[in-house]
Amino acid sequence: MSDERKTFTLDGQDVEFTEGQTILQAALASGTYVPSLCYHPEFRPHGSCKVCTVKVNGRTTASCTTPATAGDTVELATDDLKDLRKNLVQFLFTEGNHFCPSCEQSGNCQLQAVGYELGVVSGHYNPLFPSRPVDASHPDVLLELNRCILCELCVRASALVDRKHVFSLSGRGITKHLVVNAESGRLADTNLSVEDKAMSVCPVGVILRKRRGFRVPIGERTFDTHTASEIALAGARGPTEDGAP
Amino acid sequence: MVSDLEKAKDPQKLRRIAIDPVSRVEGHGKVTILLDDQHRVHQVRLHIVEFRGFERFIQGRPYWEVPVMVQRLCGICPVSHHLAASKALDHVVGAARVPDTADRVRRLMHYGQILQSHALHFYHLSSPDLLFGFGSDPEQRNIVGVLAAYPDIARQGVMLRKFGQEAIRITAGKRVHGTGSVPGGVNKAVSAADRDELARALPQVLDWAQQGVRLVAELHLANRRAYDEFGTVSSSLMSLVGRDGKLDLYDGVLRARDADGTLIFDGVEPAEYHTQLRENVRSWSYMKFPFIQSRGADEGWYKVGPLARVQNCDAIGTPLAEAARQELLALAPGRLLHAPLMFHWARMIELLHAAEMIGLLLDDPALQSGTLTASGPRATSGVGIIEAPRGTLIHHYEVDSQDLVTMCNLIVSTTHNNQAMNEAIRQVARQHLDGHEPTEGLLNHIEVAIRAFDPCLSCATHALGKMPLAVELVAPDGRVVQRLVRDAESVG
Ligand code: SF4
Ligand code: FES
Ligand code: NI
Repeated sequence: MSDERKTFTLDGQDVEFTEGQTILQAALASGTYVPSLCYHPEFRPHGSCKVCTVKVNGRTTASCTTPATAGDTVELATDDLKDLRKNLVQFLFTEGNHFCPSCEQSGNCQLQAVGYELGVVSGHYNPLFPSRPVDASHPDVLLELNRCILCELCVRASALVDRKHVFSLSGRGITKHLVVNAESGRLADTNLSVEDKAMSVCPVGVILRKRRGFRVPIGERTFDTHTASEIALAGARGPTEDGAP
Repeated sequence: MVSDLEKAKDPQKLRRIAIDPVSRVEGHGKVTILLDDQHRVHQVRLHIVEFRGFERFIQGRPYWEVPVMVQRLCGICPVSHHLAASKALDHVVGAARVPDTADRVRRLMHYGQILQSHALHFYHLSSPDLLFGFGSDPEQRNIVGVLAAYPDIARQGVMLRKFGQEAIRITAGKRVHGTGSVPGGVNKAVSAADRDELARALPQVLDWAQQGVRLVAELHLANRRAYDEFGTVSSSLMSLVGRDGKLDLYDGVLRARDADGTLIFDGVEPAEYHTQLRENVRSWSYMKFPFIQSRGADEGWYKVGPLARVQNCDAIGTPLAEAARQELLALAPGRLLHAPLMFHWARMIELLHAAEMIGLLLDDPALQSGTLTASGPRATSGVGIIEAPRGTLIHHYEVDSQDLVTMCNLIVSTTHNNQAMNEAIRQVARQHLDGHEPTEGLLNHIEVAIRAFDPCLSCATHALGKMPLAVELVAPDGRVVQRLVRDAESVG
């Protein structure tokens, strides 16, 4: 039984998987790209962005948190699901203050790259009238909260890898936002260091190394040379703050 | 005196013509003319809705974002803002002198911008007036008309522009909204392949640029008296000059001369600009009126841009452009030229100079390799001044210890020329409109004078996009008597 091949169908194609893999992991391993934002290969799936949504036996679910099960019928690239993903990404763009042309993370931003991948063309150019002031208190790190998509990757990295709990989310629904672990609420009063894992996991441009912006020329940034799907299929996820995948 | 047309004595009794907005000028502007029943001109004003919100908007942003962010100020001259902001922030990061490679790459970007902007302005926006006549049939008086009647000229304009845009692309990464220049330097050198591609095209570009200078000279000399007088009002002029006194559009010190050429100030470091310049407001215009402090608010206005620059410098350091400059200066030995239409001639001399400069830069090994950025002790403020295609552009920032911008002051080229443009159109109204039933052709004369300065209303107003031209004749009781609308020719 154990060496029997386990498969489910993904848009009609058989996909093999090993016990314990999620649908998203099995799909990537088989060479099929599944759009994702809050998924990171080094962290336990979190299932919050819903960009990886698929239909399993007719029911919608996040593929990053759903274990692959033999015999399941999984739909990924249907028109309905494509529209859903597109809308979710568009919503993230309009919910925050994203202005790609003057954002230092442009070209290294997972949200932007997934947006391109999904054919999101509008929604990029909302006027950036920052409603949330930036936290520049830390000598080496800038927090640009206008761009946070609440994926909790920094929360996970700081807690699980750095063992510091610098970041967490507070509030619910529309008031949900990122906070730092200091009574003053200022990043300078946390024990974050630029070497922390939490510095390199943000899929957008929130947690930034200061005085480095725009040092990587256009043409050499992660997503200038690779699409989001190529990066995901290579088992990497998103760029580091230096722009290297 | 022309300035008496700034304010009519009894405006209620007069007929009002509004040219709104001015076509073939980037952005949004409006000219109002008050006439009495005999069509005598009583008041002429150019209004520009200047957008100053940007200066507040940039406050609280990290300084390294500014050179890219400020490109949103204007879709027409983003490269000039990109470089002026970088130069200001060089001082903040302690790199008053950037490495040679950074200097060369930025200069290539800048001369590319000068070349493409001047080509766009002359061939696309102004040549229809000059080739067909200011009052000629508006159906023909546009780039499509030029393409039909003078296909070679139109094509050269397009190709020159392409070359300039290519120089921008290889240095900034993109034609618009590039990121090449950063505080303290640049983010890359120019590759050998990109350099070679420009170098191959250069001989042809130099040839076209020389033809362009000849064309504008011939047009001017064929109509010499009319061109010399058209809207002409003497004034001071101001520009950067290189530290050696030669023309330098990228870096230098401020110099101003009065109308007869006497120096008012010279060798003024960019950081000291505020010791010489003040800005005034008028109730009827949102755009400020800068003036030279020592001359006072009424007399201290000045011109900036190509005509100011070629006369303000001691010489141009490239031979073809210097020869062309000497030819221009020989028209009025020992005097300064003030005719708005002379701007076209000066502009084409600068286009030629830009092409020659690009040639020199392409031959400089520092363009292709070397240290990209410098830094030193941090400063809390920085001023960057550049000679943008349209004239002197000033960026001034203060940055706090957390790296955020706390103050931003910008004086764009078009604002420097605010009074000069107002004076020019008043003169034209006096010369051409006074006593005549206003027609489209006559009203275009007003626009020809404004266009000569190549104002970027987009810079001044932050208003992008095409806008139709509406000319309204309004009776004393406010009734619209006549209304003409045509599509503006606006190129982003
Ligand atoms: S800061 Fe970045 S990593 Fe953290 S929750 Fe926001 S988007 Fe995710
Ligand atoms: S990647 Fe699956 S929910 Fe975000
Ligand atoms: Ni502009």
